[in-house]
Amino acid sequence: MATTFDLNDDSVVVVIGTGAGGGTLANELAQKGVKVVSLEAGGYHEPQDFIQDEWASFGQLAWLDARTTSGDWRVSRDFSGLPAWIVKSVGGSTVHWAGASLRFQEHEWKTRTVYGNVPGASLLDWPIDAAEMDPWYTKAEDKLHVTRTGDRPGLPGNNNFKVFEAGAQALGYQDVHTGRMAIKSQEGPDGTPCQQMGFCFQGCKVAAKWSPSYDEIPKALDTDNYELRTQAHVLKIEHDDSGKVTGVLYADKDGNQQLQKARVVAVAGNSIESPRLLLNSASSMFPDGLANSSGQVGRNYMRHMTASVYAVFDKPVRMWRGTTMAGIITDESRHDPSRGFVGGYEMETLSLGLPFMAAFLNPGGWGRDFTAALDGYENMAGMWLVGEDMPQETNRVSLNTDVLDQYGLPAPNVHFDDHPNDIAMREHAWQQGQAIYNAVGATRTFPTPPYPSTHNLGTNRMSENPRDGVVNKWGQTHDIPNLFVSDGSQFTTGAAENPTLTIVALAIRQADHIAREMAAQNI
Amino acid sequence: MIETKGPKGLTRRELLSRATAASASFVVGAGFVAGRDAAWATELTAIKPETFATLVQMARDIYPHDHVGDKYYAAAVKGYDTDDDAGTIELGINDLNAAARNAGYDSYLAMGWERDRVDILRGMENSPFFQQIRGGLVTGLYNQKEVWPLFGYEGESFTKGGYINRGFDDVDWV
Ligand SMILES: Cc1cc2nc3c(=O)[nH]c(=O)nc-3n(C[C@H](O)[C@H](O)[C@H](O)COP(=O)(O)OP(=O)(O)OC[C@H]3O[C@@H](n4cnc5c(N)ncnc54)[C@H](O)[C@@H]3O)c2cc1C
Ligand code: SF4
Repeated sequence: MATTFDLNDDSVVVVIGTGAGGGTLANELAQKGVKVVSLEAGGYHEPQDFIQDEWASFGQLAWLDARTTSGDWRVSRDFSGLPAWIVKSVGGSTVHWAGASLRFQEHEWKTRTVYGNVPGASLLDWPIDAAEMDPWYTKAEDKLHVTRTGDRPGLPGNNNFKVFEAGAQALGYQDVHTGRMAIKSQEGPDGTPCQQMGFCFQGCKVAAKWSPSYDEIPKALDTDNYELRTQAHVLKIEHDDSGKVTGVLYADKDGNQQLQKARVVAVAGNSIESPRLLLNSASSMFPDGLANSSGQVGRNYMRHMTASVYAVFDKPVRMWRGTTMAGIITDESRHDPSRGFVGGYEMETLSLGLPFMAAFLNPGGWGRDFTAALDGYENMAGMWLVGEDMPQETNRVSLNTDVLDQYGLPAPNVHFDDHPNDIAMREHAWQQGQAIYNAVGATRTFPTPPYPSTHNLGTNRMSENPRDGVVNKWGQTHDIPNLFVSDGSQFTTGAAENPTLTIVALAIRQADHIAREMAAQNI
Repeated sequence: MIETKGPKGLTRRELLSRATAASASFVVGAGFVAGRDAAWATELTAIKPETFATLVQMARDIYPHDHVGDKYYAAAVKGYDTDDDAGTIELGINDLNAAARNAGYDSYLAMGWERDRVDILRGMENSPFFQQIRGGLVTGLYNQKEVWPLFGYEGESFTKGGYINRGFDDVDWV
C-alpha cells in the first residue's frame, strides 16, 4: 500500500507513461511481485473530475507541449502545432479513447509477404503472428471487458448506429454490429455498465469504459510493489559504460530534476514522445540516440488512413446521444487489391459535439456552405473511417532544435506524407461512407478530412532483424537488453484495426517476459 | 435580385446601401454599441464603437446562422476589446472598409448584400487578420453554451443520468 521507493533503489523497473501500454505493463508487473515505479508526465484525474464539455475537457487532458509538423498531410496545414490528439494524464490517451477493441486479422501480421513490394512503403512482417498472439488477445479482452468477446453481450445501438446500420444493410454489407467495445455492457462485480452518456472522448464519468487510470493503476497501488509519481516528466534515459540503462532523469511537479535509478526501463510515452525521448537521450556512446543503431528510431511513423463522413437527413438523428463509437462495418477491412489499394479499412460510428464539429468538419471552412452544414447538426449522422496506412521511412518523428519545450529540450517534429495507397483507400472509403448515408435518404454528405492523429504508431518498430527496426519480438530494444518499448510505437505495421487492444495484449505478454527474464537474472 | 458587379459609380446597389445602412447593430454613443433590435448592447473599453459594430457584422458574415442572434456574435468577438488587441482590430477593420470603398461603398457596414460583403472577405481570406477572427470564432461562437440549444445540441448528460432513459435510441424513421 502506498509504497515509495528510494531514488537510488536500482532494483526497480521504471515505466515511463501510464497509458494503454505503460499502465497495463506496470500493473501486470506489480501483480507478479516485480517492483515498479511509474513516472507519468500528467496528473491524476478521477472519473468525477472528467468534464463533459469538449473544449474544457481538451484543456484538462490534452498533451499541449510544443510540437511542429511538416509534410503534405492536411493536418500539417489545419493544425500545424497539434499533429496528434493525445492525452497527458494518468491513463494516457485511453482517458479519451472510444473503446473500439479489435484484433488484427491474420494476414495483417505479415503484410510484406501478403501485399508484396509496395513502392515507397517500408512494409515488414511482424516477428510474431496471430497464433502467438491469440492467448494474449484473450487476456486483453477479458481485462478490458470487450463486448462480443467471451460471453459478454454487445452494447445496444444508439441513434447514430441505427442510421448507420440501415444504410449498411441497404448497401448489402454483411458484418454490421455495435462493435467490440471496451465498455461494460452489463451489471457486474466490476462496476457500472454504460449509461449512454455520449462523452466517451472526454473521460467516462462512470468508469464503464476501460482506462488504466481507474482499472489498472489502483490495482497496482493495492500491491506493495508499486509507486506512481504524477507530474513527473522524463527528460533523459541514462546508461553506463557497458551500454546498459541505469536510470532516468525527470522533472518533478515542482520542476526540480530527479534521477531515479532502475534495473529495467520501459518506455511507453506514445509514438511521438517515446522516440523523442530515445533521441533526446543521445550520448557520446550513442550519438544518434539510444537503441538507434539501425537508424530506425522515429521512422515509419504511422497514423492510420483516417477520414470521416457526416451526413444530414430530413429528420432528427441526435447522434451525440449514447456511446461515441459503438457501431462498426467490417466488410471493407479485407485485403482486396481489386479495389485499387492494399489492406483495408473499418467503418465505425462517430459523433462529435457541436463545438468539435465546428472545428473538425471542414477545418478552415467558412461562409454559408459551411454554416448550412452545422445548421443541420441535429439531423446529422457520422462515421469514422480507419484503415491501414503504409509505413514510410521518411514519415518520422525527429528533433526540432529550433523549437524547445518548457524544459529546454528540442520539440518533436512530426513529418507525414500520404502514400498513394493511403489516398486511394481514403477516396474509396469516402465514397462508400457517403453511399451508406445516401441509401437511407441523406440530403447532404460531407467527406471530412483527417483530425489530428489519435492513433500514433510505429516509430520504434518491432523487427526480426536488428537492422530493420528498434525492438525485438518482446519489445526489448535490439541494442540495450534492459531497455524496453511498451506502447504503440512498437508496431511494425498498423493493420486496419484500432490499435489499443493490440497494445494492451503486447504489454501483458511483455510483462510476462520481463518478469521471467528478471527471475532468470538475464536482465 | 441580380446585380452586376460593376466598378465604382452610383449603382442601384450603392443607392440601396446608402438608403438602408444595412448594419445589424448601431452605435449608441461613445463606447457603446447596441443591436438594432436592442436585443444586445455592450460597453466597450478599447475598440471604437463603429469598429466593433463592423466586427460583429464580419463575424456573422463568416459564420452566418440566421437563427442565431447578434448578441452571440458580439459575445464571440468581445474578447478583442482590450488594449492589447484594439490596435490590430482597428487596422484590420480599416482594411475591410478600404476594400468596401474600393468596391464603391461608403463602408463595409454600408454594403447591403451579404454576398457583396463576402466578396470583400474572400479577397482578404488569407490575411492574418481574417484568419485571426475566423479562428477565434470557431470556439468563440460555437463554444457558447447558450448557442448550443439553438442547434439542438444538448451538452452534458451526466447530471441527468446519461441518455440511457432519455432517447439514445429514439430514431424511429429508419
Ligand atoms: C479521441 C480518441 C479516441 C480514441 N479511440 C480509440 C478507440 O476507439 N480504439 C482504439 O483502439 N484506440 C483509440 N484511441 C487511441 C488510443 O487512445 C491509443 O492508441 C492508446 O492510448 C496509445 O497507447 P500508448 O500506451 O501508446 O500511449 P498513451 O495511452 O497516449 O500513453 C502515453 C502516456 O505517456 C505519458 N508520457 C509521455 N511522455 C512522457 C514523458 N517524457 N515522461 C512521462 N510521461 C510521459 C503521457 O502523458 C501518457 O500518459 C483513441 C485516441 C483518442 C485521442
Ligand atoms: S457512453 Fe458509456 S462508455 Fe461512453 S462515456 Fe458514457 S457511460 Fe461511459
